[in-house]
Amino acid sequence: MSDVVLAMDSVVKRFGDHEVLKGVSLQLHRHEVVCLIGASGSGKSTLLRCANLLETIDEGHVSLFGQNLVDPRIDPDLVRRHIGMVFQSYNLFPHLDVLENVVLGPVRALKRDRAEVEEEAQALLERIGLRDRAHDYPERLSGGQQQRVAIVRSLAMRPALLLLDEVTSALDPTLVGEVLDLLVDLAHRGTTMLIATHEMNFARDVAHQVVYLDAGVLVEQGTPEQIFTNPQHDSTRSFLQRVR
Amino acid sequence: MTIDADVDASKETPNFFAPWHRRLFVGRRGLVASTVSSALIVVAIALLLFVAPGGATFRYVFFDGHNLWLAWVGDPRLGIDSLRDGMVTNIWMFLVSEVLVLFFGLMIAWCRISQSPVLLPFRVLATAYTDVMRGIPLILTMLIIGFGLPELRLPVISSQSDAVYGVISLTLCYSAYVAEVIRAGIYSVPNGQRLAARSLGLTQTVTMRRVILPQAIRNVIPPLLNDFISLQKDTAIVSVLGAIEVVRAAQIFSAATFNESGLTLAAIFFIVLTIPMTRFTDRLLAKDRAKRLVHE
Repeated sequence: MSDVVLAMDSVVKRFGDHEVLKGVSLQLHRHEVVCLIGASGSGKSTLLRCANLLETIDEGHVSLFGQNLVDPRIDPDLVRRHIGMVFQSYNLFPHLDVLENVVLGPVRALKRDRAEVEEEAQALLERIGLRDRAHDYPERLSGGQQQRVAIVRSLAMRPALLLLDEVTSALDPTLVGEVLDLLVDLAHRGTTMLIATHEMNFARDVAHQVVYLDAGVLVEQGTPEQIFTNPQHDSTRSFLQRVR
Repeated sequence: MTIDADVDASKETPNFFAPWHRRLFVGRRGLVASTVSSALIVVAIALLLFVAPGGATFRYVFFDGHNLWLAWVGDPRLGIDSLRDGMVTNIWMFLVSEVLVLFFGLMIAWCRISQSPVLLPFRVLATAYTDVMRGIPLILTMLIIGFGLPELRLPVISSQSDAVYGVISLTLCYSAYVAEVIRAGIYSVPNGQRLAARSLGLTQTVTMRRVILPQAIRNVIPPLLNDFISLQKDTAIVSVLGAIEVVRAAQIFSAATFNESGLTLAAIFFIVLTIPMTRFTDRLLAKDRAKRLVHE
């Protein structure tokens, strides 16, 4: 298929003696939403970080739009400009106001015109209902608001792919909904996303593919129906029972 | 029913009343304690200045109003110079040094934390530099620079004034201290900030300049201020090179008047310099916190 965005092939990642990813292969197509599920420490976050080269892989291949990212001639900064990443702990820049957080990437990395970017940023903030908070500092916002700003910050780069690393895990249960709603909206607009999550209902609703990781091994992959109603492996079954 | 709760392990009712030797420090009596201790200190100073056998001489030699005034205004008819010219020298020396120290300190810290293989020689050099410059007493650096550079007989470098050599020495010494403070500040910024910035495709340099350093500097403003206050006071050491800064000027004043009140004026000068700076940065930090954080 020609519309493969991200392809990982037998990716191995070690931290010292500890093998975190033991040969994981995965493909992500344009407009596809893939959810990674699995216990903490199963390698979900590491997998996401290998995709945007925050971690270098030890064996295997990662390619983005058919270009091999393991090639030494690849500039990681150019790769990351096309991949948005959102973190569990938001990681907004506390010394910049909301608007500055959103425009920093497009202005400083893409060297785009500030006025134009600010207009786009305001429109994005309007979409998440935070336009009137544009000049507030992140620490004055609620967790849910901060996380939505973080998502908008990566959208402002107009990425081809969005990586989301347990983006609701640090949130108060009452604030999870507003962030998931935004992600559902993004999914309906056809945003290509790779999502590590513990929200099983969300995964069931929006994912095209669900991937179950256990101790660095991709145990099972399939549509949400296959994984949630008829898992093939014992470890998948027992994991799903434990999270329910 | 038997009760075996861990939180109720002690059977006795606790006593919350302070023992006799703590009575003075609990509750409203804290005020009494502070008043008593302040009074004691005032008495001790009075004893030193007014009751000591040489108290009267001491007060005349160091705190004489007429001589303090004379040191401030000078008297051309008696050939006595005002200390103010010296003060101006101290002020420009520390202003120039502080700007240079901030710049070089930043550069050295940057070299020390860089991971880039290209910067390896700089990293080694920067580490050696901080080790050496923090190890040498400032007065030695001052003497080596002040008497050494002119010996080189190089154009420009060897023909500077003593004050300029003083600025060079202060910069050399304090850059090493400030570099370590800034380095600590950089490490105090959570790693998630770097990850978020790099994920936006910002280069290492832009990440440092736009994301890490602004936060790092805010975190280290109090210790940085400490070093700057030290630096301001250490401009006095330039007197060993013969530059007429305030301490040197006070000594000349003493020689002319046989009175040391010039030294007292110099001390007052340094105090007056540092206190407003401390209050200013306190205000700055408080304003920044109020802007960024929810009201606590």
